[in-house]
Amino acid sequence: MKVEEICSVTNGELVCGNATADREVTHAFASDLMSDVLTVDCSNLLLITGLANLQAIRTAEMSDIDCILFVRNKSVTPEMQNLAEELGITLIKSPATMFRASGELYRAGMKPLF
Amino acid sequence: MAMNFEYRVEGGDFTHAGYASSQVKKMLKQLGVESTVIKRVVVCLYEAEVNIVAHAWNGVIIITLDADNILMKLTDNGPGIADIELAMQKGYSTASPEVREMGFGAGMGLPNISANADRFVITSEPGRGTSLEITINLNGNAV
Repeated sequence: MKVEEICSVTNGELVCGNATADREVTHAFASDLMSDVLTVDCSNLLLITGLANLQAIRTAEMSDIDCILFVRNKSVTPEMQNLAEELGITLIKSPATMFRASGELYRAGMKPLF
Repeated sequence: MAMNFEYRVEGGDFTHAGYASSQVKKMLKQLGVESTVIKRVVVCLYEAEVNIVAHAWNGVIIITLDADNILMKLTDNGPGIADIELAMQKGYSTASPEVREMGFGAGMGLPNISANADRFVITSEPGRGTSLEITINLNGNAV
């Protein structure tokens, strides 16, 4: 699934990154617990989280995650956006709850990790 | 020839938590280390770096890199760990609510390090601090 479609499915707004990039995200993982995210072994992963802070961006960096969807209308601070831009990580924010965003993405074909 | 790098970490400074791990990741990428190995290194280092920020007053990270291995030594000044065996159990944590709000402190850091390291030694002196030695072979061989 492309970034453009993730935005469309979750009613999300692109904060930074390229919406029309050719890169396909195939799997998603939803968690507010960064240590859980660090156990995940998958490329082309979308992180769905309600944890809007610098450590969410850092965790994505360490986990080779290129795209984060912040749910529940969480604010992305300028520091978070700057770091994401520096690291080439796409940020999207959505008003949906984590459950709804996950459900809609699953219905649209996004795969779970297990 | 071995290369050494040193990073200082301040307790409670979540703004800069992960800086050392980020620098090491960039360096290993430049050296052409395989991405699966880099990920194991940075998961270990990041968990350990966050542990210093979350639990200690301050600490030092010393990275020693040679052609075969990366050795990461993290030494902190802090409260230490009274029962290391208990701390190594998944789900056990003494983290504050503030640390949990940052997405950590669920008792997964040390088990995560153990799962990704080729060699992991932890020692602690309650009231003084904790030291970690994490070694990972860069070529996928046993240490």
